[in-house]
Amino acid sequence: MEIIIRNSSSQPIYEQIYTQIKDLILNGALAEGDALPSIRGLAKDLRISVITTKRAYDELEREGFVNTVAGKGCFIAGANRELIHEENLKKIEAHMQAIRQLAKGCGITNEDLIEMFRILEVEE
Amino acid sequence: MNAIEMKHVTKSYPAFTLSDVSLSLPSGCILGLVGENGAGKSTAIRLLLNGIARDSGEITILGRDNRSKEFVQTKEEIGIVLDEAYYPEVLSAGTVGKMMQHTYKSWQQDTFVKFLDRFSLSDKKQFKEYSRGMKMKLSIAVALSHQPRLLILDEATSGLDPIVRDEILEIFNDFTRQEDHSVLISSHITSDLEKISDYIAFLHQGRLLFCEEKDRLMEEYGILQTTVKSLSEVPPDAIIARREGKYATELLVKRALLSEAFDVERAGIEDIMLFLVKKEEV
Repeated sequence: MEIIIRNSSSQPIYEQIYTQIKDLILNGALAEGDALPSIRGLAKDLRISVITTKRAYDELEREGFVNTVAGKGCFIAGANRELIHEENLKKIEAHMQAIRQLAKGCGITNEDLIEMFRILEVEE
Repeated sequence: MNAIEMKHVTKSYPAFTLSDVSLSLPSGCILGLVGENGAGKSTAIRLLLNGIARDSGEITILGRDNRSKEFVQTKEEIGIVLDEAYYPEVLSAGTVGKMMQHTYKSWQQDTFVKFLDRFSLSDKKQFKEYSRGMKMKLSIAVALSHQPRLLILDEATSGLDPIVRDEILEIFNDFTRQEDHSVLISSHITSDLEKISDYIAFLHQGRLLFCEEKDRLMEEYGILQTTVKSLSEVPPDAIIARREGKYATELLVKRALLSEAFDVERAGIEDIMLFLVKKEEV
């Protein structure tokens, strides 16, 4: 498991941890039942605040990504397919928006884009 | 449980008053106490240990009133490092260890020896030949060798080079791997406190300006550079303090009250401190 904390980032630290662990779950690096490091252990290893780490874990639990078992620790929850699907849709939408903006900027039409997409598909 | 609890503590001297200070250090956390020279950091620490008597208020440490008779036992569980180490000049680390064996019931000689080794302190060299860094390391070794649950450190990292400071901060970081271990550390080196603290308490001229979670502070506050012209676009209630320059104005702002369009930079503890002190003076 790799987590990178950027102190210079404008994204709050708890959010950085939350997003990165969530991404690890979504891309399959962390699977159902995997144990997360203890809050205190992770905080001390990253040299960040315990309270902040707890906030990130709380957020993950609230979103249904992890389960806390009292006295045992935090575990990755069973794959919530709908949730993951929803997340991926959002990501695709964001990418598409970026493509559209780029295309607009250099005068490429929607038809051109679709054509380009077809070519990609064929090449695969 | 709170490792330290101060409620409305006041102490008056002819020329200085520490007034109505209330703060708490939750167990398992690190609290950084910042403030300028003479802000009252050392006074607060001496009050905590009942080295000086408070005029009013309540102080509880590890669940005990620090004026109670039983506080002697609590002191066994507190590791203390003051800004100067006071050991007789002719003693060596080895003899300091022997002395401490008779001072603390819970003294652990093997832990002490391990720390001496880790700090590369010879047990033969006399204390008077020690550098400042070595003196500090010896104090820290002593403080950690009697199974403390609470460390109280007064300017323990000042006057040391960045490498030694980092090494020492790492030890405090490790110390709090245990849930019932807490640290109170005072310093005017704000970068050190920014590195390891969970909470930051800010004393200024004998008053507590705030005691807050460090990362919340960082999230809440930001620095915004503006020109006189665009200053009017900043919502007034978002501005906490300002510093006027010849060419631009620097603002300490509440991030939450500004839209994404403003290019708000991160404010460090030092920035927040400087801005708030300036504001007080106005």
